[in-house]
Amino acid sequence: MARMAGRRTLFAAPVLLLVTFGVFAVAALSPFDPVKAYAGTAGLTASQAELDQLRANLGVDRPFTARWWDWLTSALTGDLGISAVLRQPVADVIAGRVGWSAMLACCAFVAALLPATVLGVLAARRRGGLLDRAATALAYVLEAAPAFWLGLLAVWLFAVRLGALPSGGLTDAAADTVTAGQVAPHLVLPVLVLALSQLPWFYLYVRQGVADALEEDPVRGARARGLSERRVLLGHALRSGMLPVLTLIGSRVPELITGALLVETVFSWPGIAAATVQAATSVDFPLLAALTVLATAAVLAGNLLSDLLYGLADPRVGFDG
Amino acid sequence: MTARTVRGAAGAALATALITGVTACANPSGPARPADSAVVGIATEPQTLSPLLGYGKDGNSKIFDGLLTHDADMKLRPALAEALPEVSADGRTYTYRLRQGVKFSDGEPFTAADVEFTYRTILDPATNNASKTELDAIESVTAQGPDRVVFTLKYPYAPFAERTVLPIAPQHVAGKQDVNGGGFGTRPVGTGPYVLTGWSKGEKISFRANPSYWGGEPAVKKFTMAVIKDDDVRATRLRSGELDAAVLPPNLAEGFAGDRTRRTFAAKTFDYRNVTLPTQHPVTGDPAVRQALDVAVDRATMVDKLLDGAGKAAYGPVPTDSPWFTPGTERAYDLGRAKRILDDAGWKPGEDGVRVKDGVRASFPLWYTTGDKIRQDHALAFASDARKAGVEVTTEAGTWEVIEPRMKTDAVLAGGGSPADPDFDQYLLLTSSLAGDGFNNMARYDNPVVDRALTDARRSGDPAVRKAAYDTVQRELVKNPGYVFLTHIDHLYVVNDRWDGPGTQVEPHDHGLGSGPWWNVEHWKPKQK
Repeated sequence: MARMAGRRTLFAAPVLLLVTFGVFAVAALSPFDPVKAYAGTAGLTASQAELDQLRANLGVDRPFTARWWDWLTSALTGDLGISAVLRQPVADVIAGRVGWSAMLACCAFVAALLPATVLGVLAARRRGGLLDRAATALAYVLEAAPAFWLGLLAVWLFAVRLGALPSGGLTDAAADTVTAGQVAPHLVLPVLVLALSQLPWFYLYVRQGVADALEEDPVRGARARGLSERRVLLGHALRSGMLPVLTLIGSRVPELITGALLVETVFSWPGIAAATVQAATSVDFPLLAALTVLATAAVLAGNLLSDLLYGLADPRVGFDG
Repeated sequence: MTARTVRGAAGAALATALITGVTACANPSGPARPADSAVVGIATEPQTLSPLLGYGKDGNSKIFDGLLTHDADMKLRPALAEALPEVSADGRTYTYRLRQGVKFSDGEPFTAADVEFTYRTILDPATNNASKTELDAIESVTAQGPDRVVFTLKYPYAPFAERTVLPIAPQHVAGKQDVNGGGFGTRPVGTGPYVLTGWSKGEKISFRANPSYWGGEPAVKKFTMAVIKDDDVRATRLRSGELDAAVLPPNLAEGFAGDRTRRTFAAKTFDYRNVTLPTQHPVTGDPAVRQALDVAVDRATMVDKLLDGAGKAAYGPVPTDSPWFTPGTERAYDLGRAKRILDDAGWKPGEDGVRVKDGVRASFPLWYTTGDKIRQDHALAFASDARKAGVEVTTEAGTWEVIEPRMKTDAVLAGGGSPADPDFDQYLLLTSSLAGDGFNNMARYDNPVVDRALTDARRSGDPAVRKAAYDTVQRELVKNPGYVFLTHIDHLYVVNDRWDGPGTQVEPHDHGLGSGPWWNVEHWKPKQK
């Protein structure tokens, strides 16, 4: 198990290298102009000489390969550079935001996984029943609904129509300090929306996995031994039916990140997603590269986690090597 | 992790409860805050709070003071300077005497060295300040002793004093950091009426009163600016009581019109929308077409329908209610005259109603920036008015990246306006030598009379000479419009009626957090009940 984790970590290095190179290449091809994004409205009255000076200062007139190499060598020494658009060191940007994003993602993950599992098991127990049909239909609808649309809908309903929950931000505007009592109500809508966008996948997988498992020999054997239906369902069918879900947990990490991107934007959540959007639209190379590394690392870690869980849950699967 | 899990589960449970309709209370009014605390909703936030990178360059920066400041009538008043500057006879030397005993919020004294440091750093080519073109006139800035600063200019520049509302940064803090990415931009220290307590980017900026402010401690002790991009959400949060004030578009501000606990402020502005008429395009380059379009647009209807009445018809960069405006340059909507001008110039209606001259169809594209509803509305209205005169305008949306390479020949729905001095926007907009320099003089307007008048106006210290020069410019724009000016747009704000003091200045196109009724929040007083 340790060997597998170690090998995967070694394998991550070339992947990260390739990904950052790709980000620099794509950013260089982007139609957005970093100088214009940096200057903002002031750029509309600046002289061309001033804009050219800015271009040189920001180093965006150099070929992207050279910029990538510079970024890479300084990143390896721990210096992630300065974000032009936020006028702040990249390390500060990430340190100040990643916690809030992680909090949102973890809460949403739990809020999606638990109800999905319960609903999935209940639906699989009576396939074609009322609950199964209703929940599955709803799952397909939610699956088709984009997260930002769900977000706007939630804001409209809970914040604008009902006035029951805050529509955005981390705390009330007047609040000076960030307290749990302030954050909790502000967390509800973003978590709800992000969870709703993830829930259908987990639900459908659990439902399918458990339903398939109910047809399998071990379950038939368990029933033959006269075990209670509850024991059969939770102890046997759910256990083997959850295996594909473990795979899903890993592969849903990228989805969770892109979902968070949209949800954070809608709810002005001060996480890394807002920074990512800004970094992308203003072609802020250092910030974009650091955030991509972070996202890539999260995906690789997610895959590793699901492989490890799989190995632990199913003795038939080894830790590859 | 357990705490998060619990909180997440609790959140999900609460959400489920809400979905099922347990909570059905509508619009609870927010907690009544004490009147010494104010929360205002703004639409955009600054990229940085460092004056060295451009923050607060037009004044009202809360955290900082400039040498001078603008009062409610946009007249210059001394701030960190003791008095208005002494200007030498040749108009090239400005001497400021500094106020004594002013301290930065960290307790260090403010001196002439800080002023010199601020201006020198901004002018340094290595400083990434996109607004430094505005200080182009400065040749040198020198501290003479602790309380005197002398600016020497490259050329006589009459409106220079207007630029010195620029906030002064402390050398002992900002001088020790990297100017472009150092912590000063997020943790600033200034001499101003407020001290920054927190800045959650994209969410809010929080201030508390500076107890040792040289102008006296503000009565509003806690001041917060909530950054809310979406107009509807901002209006909702204002209605719920979470915000005390907000900037709103006309249609949403109207919803608060009958509210006795709130007041609506319509700030007069220099904020114009115009259509560039590129001289390089065969159709818009023809003076007859320009003149015809200038009288073919129905400005009154645009103000009425597009702005819900919150604005004025624009006949040039100067709004009609400004002392700089030249009476008699208003142009009435006159479709018949527009048609006559085009007929006389040889533009004859073709089969599809679009005029033709020497095989050239009277047709040109008009670009507006994607997602800007006001510009889109203006562009469509302009196109429809032009069509009535037989000129076909095809509207297209794009980002500035798409528009910029086309600006030379394609028309653009542009905006601008700067109230502090007519030179600030007119020189950049109309000077022929700045044609196509960045985004300046987009239309490549080239009129020697205007060039001369603009130069005279910026060099002369005599107000009468300056007024005469800007009169010349406005009259020339009637004869040969390089742009069709459409409207000047009012900026609307709704404020809880709990304070004495809110009011508005004349506002620029680019109205950041220094604009709005809270420009002078440090002078607000809670109302006696």
